Amino acid sequence: MTAFLTLFHKELLRFWKVGFQTILAPMVSTLLYLLIFLHVLDAHKEVYPGIPYTIFLIPGLVMMAVIQNAFANASSSMIQSKISGNIVFILLSPLTCQQIFYAYVLASIVRGLLVGLGVYLVTLIFFDIPLHLPLWAILFVVLGSAILGALGLIAGIWADKFDQLAAFQNFIILPLSFLSGVFYTIHALPTGWQYLSHLNPFFYMIDGFRYGYFGVSDISPYVSLVIVAICLLGISIVAIRLLKMGYKLRH
Amino acid sequence: MLPALEIKAIYKSYGQLPVLQDVSLEIQSGEFFALLGPNGAGKTTLISIIAGLTLATSGSVHVMGYNVVTHYQKARLNLGVVPQELVFDPFFTVREILLIQSGYYGIKQNTRWIDEILARLDLADKADANMRSLSGGMKRRVLVAQALVHKPPVIILDEPTAGVDVELRQTLWEFIKQLNRDGHTIVLTTHYLEEAETLCNRVAMLKQGRIIALDTTQNLIKKIPHGHTVQLRLQPDVLPHELKHLQVSCRDGAIELRLESYQQIEWVLASLRTARIEVQEFRLQQPDLEDVFVSLMKSDRSALQ
Repeated sequence: MTAFLTLFHKELLRFWKVGFQTILAPMVSTLLYLLIFLHVLDAHKEVYPGIPYTIFLIPGLVMMAVIQNAFANASSSMIQSKISGNIVFILLSPLTCQQIFYAYVLASIVRGLLVGLGVYLVTLIFFDIPLHLPLWAILFVVLGSAILGALGLIAGIWADKFDQLAAFQNFIILPLSFLSGVFYTIHALPTGWQYLSHLNPFFYMIDGFRYGYFGVSDISPYVSLVIVAICLLGISIVAIRLLKMGYKLRH
Repeated sequence: MLPALEIKAIYKSYGQLPVLQDVSLEIQSGEFFALLGPNGAGKTTLISIIAGLTLATSGSVHVMGYNVVTHYQKARLNLGVVPQELVFDPFFTVREILLIQSGYYGIKQNTRWIDEILARLDLADKADANMRSLSGGMKRRVLVAQALVHKPPVIILDEPTAGVDVELRQTLWEFIKQLNRDGHTIVLTTHYLEEAETLCNRVAMLKQGRIIALDTTQNLIKKIPHGHTVQLRLQPDVLPHELKHLQVSCRDGAIELRLESYQQIEWVLASLRTARIEVQEFRLQQPDLEDVFVSLMKSDRSALQ
């Protein structure tokens, strides 16, 4: 347990020591998104009955910040350790694959939640945001950040250079999060796009998270929960398997 | 007694390229052992296999009786490795790094031992310095400290003195010798053969992935044929006929003879006296580990095996 707690603590310290870059900067950019969208779009149009676009947008942006930072945390920590070579200190130690996995993923959850919570608290100053079912919101935000933490770990293990990691982030994570209904409800989309959105696992995280706020969602939160849980399980199995194989870590 | 390190029939290849071939080796508890060989001989690969950083194609390694693959946790708890690459984590100070490393080995409170290591490695005043601010030699010493946080019975040092100045090298070896006296088994690789000769009881030499010599340092040196060299300055500067076949070179008036044994010295001196040749300078050079190394690396297959 000490070994796991130490690695978890180290991973927390790693981003905490550069908190401006890892927490404050993403908070600011998310709030800028909010500012811009609210000015450009019709903020008073109701998305769900009684819920104007402004309020609809906020949980989506919070979740997007959580997703992107959870991914960034595990992936950048792993690739930095690999490229600088200091991953050797973890590999030489008696830490098990599961301990390594949980430490990286939990630290990613914490960073994701810190950024998300920061954005949420700032928006609370300006807007009256309902939070009907907080436990549902917490459940989805934790599961979502865990999925992205595990995915970040896989990407960090797989990528040999920062370029490849940036590709993973910009061509997979970013489009999936932007096209998941962060900025809109999928009912506003043409049927074909609606169908495609259902193939995007990020859609279920965001829709489920929003359900926690408004008590309404595009699809049943239970369906979202099952899909998100299956995703987490699948991605975790892959990540632990890669660690066990020593893929790109042990030759 | 169980060997500290037991390496059995290790093969390792990358694709078609063999890196280690049938390497078997036993190192007993308390030994000070050197693993020597030219660059690319497979030393670091072998160390990586022992440390679990690399998986062998076949064969097995046990550290203090624990298989490094099937019982890796126990094996790693018994092993401290100083890697050759100067790697460090730029986010932390020296003390933080050592506390984190202790934690990985399940040690919660380690301040006393960490303070001792820092003092012994002359790092005490750098304890709270960030790793980025340290010189190369200091970073190397932190690597040594990291390998020692859990007081492993077996310590492997992969070229620990590369890039470390003479004074620090002495400090480092004093500390390692002390650890050896305290019962730790030490395995090192180095390109400074003098270090290996003065420190190590036993040596294995690797060439192209095979062990070509494995013996005590003294035995290896003894086995060197034509081992002793004598340099002479003579007046007059001529060598008696019967000694001509021993001559290997003549440079700036100094004649170099190669002898098979010490007994020949008396015969050489007697011949010179008989020929009324005065010896003005006499220098005897004994073979050292470097001669063994050079002679083995030149030969195709070892004659000393």
